[in-house]
Amino acid sequence: MNAAFAPMLSAGELAALFGHFLLLSLLAIGGAITVAPEMHRVLVDRMALLTDAQFNASIAIAQAAPGPNVLFVAVMGYQAGGLVAALVALTAIMLPSTTLALAASRWGHARREWRPVQAFKAGMAPIVIALLMATGWILAAATPGWRHLVLTVAAALLVWRTRIHLLWLIAAGAVAGALGWV
Amino acid sequence: MPTEAAPPERPRSPGELFVAFTLLALQGFGGVLAVAQRVLCEQRRWLTREQFVEILAIGQILPGPNVCNVALMVGDRFFGWRGAFAALAGMMTAPVAIVIALTALYAQFAALPAVAGALKGMGAVAAGMIVGSALKLVPALRGNALRLPASLAFGAAAFVLVALVRAPLVWVLLGLGALACATAAWRLRAADKR
Repeated sequence: MNAAFAPMLSAGELAALFGHFLLLSLLAIGGAITVAPEMHRVLVDRMALLTDAQFNASIAIAQAAPGPNVLFVAVMGYQAGGLVAALVALTAIMLPSTTLALAASRWGHARREWRPVQAFKAGMAPIVIALLMATGWILAAATPGWRHLVLTVAAALLVWRTRIHLLWLIAAGAVAGALGWV
Repeated sequence: MPTEAAPPERPRSPGELFVAFTLLALQGFGGVLAVAQRVLCEQRRWLTREQFVEILAIGQILPGPNVCNVALMVGDRFFGWRGAFAALAGMMTAPVAIVIALTALYAQFAALPAVAGALKGMGAVAAGMIVGSALKLVPALRGNALRLPASLAFGAAAFVLVALVRAPLVWVLLGLGALACATAAWRLRAADKR
């Protein structure tokens, strides 16, 4: 794979990519990663723009890079059709959801004294915190073995109980992993 | 425990939002939420824990990347659509450039065992950071209308369903979320009558 020389896509393919990701944006409750199986069906199985290995590498690269995980969509676009396709895919996955989020946030803020809005905030608060914990759990459980769990638990305790800079933790994890301790 | 009503600080300009979210995104390896909680609630103090949980609740229930929704809503609250755009642009611009550059390099280095090991170690730490920031948000439940026992019960049920049963998120939000909101509405109404 050499992404720099990836084939450029036709206008029709770019339009199909754009339209498809616009639609997926509104289905991605819980983040763009929740619609990854659907992206796989379209990009790998139907349009054959990516191989399986490229698809998996896209997610791994975005996880390892700083920034929001949704960037895996830009990586997929880049591998399928260079910079243009990366921007097309990223714009399409962001546009509907951000527009909706902005509208919903304003609507809720304007009615923040309204009883149903207060009930929503109070009711959702424990579930939101639990979903964060579940995300950490699922990420940790995805790796086989147990040695990496030592790092996970240590990082959780340090973040919870101290003000240590988060980059130190990431760096420690990278070093421990590079030395083969994980 | 008194709930902090207003956060003590606010950004001075959309430019400051852009810079803050750029720095925040660049620290977010394997997910930005843990860093967002640390920076927005503790370092910059633009949001109270309660406000962060509220904004995250909207971000979670809506489609789209949660942290991007959070950036958008935080920016919007301070400077309207200009702030929303500045925060989201800060969150995306530098990381997009980095991730594309990494993709171009990836093919040459993916096979090195040290690189694969480092990625694994960073992933393990990132998972722990998310759990740690969730633990930090638990005190935000103290002033909750649900009251603590019901809050903890709903939280525990959501964790079991999503992390252990692996139930689809949509159904957890629609089912358990609706039940929790209905309970909160009932508690709020009961409090009004007294």
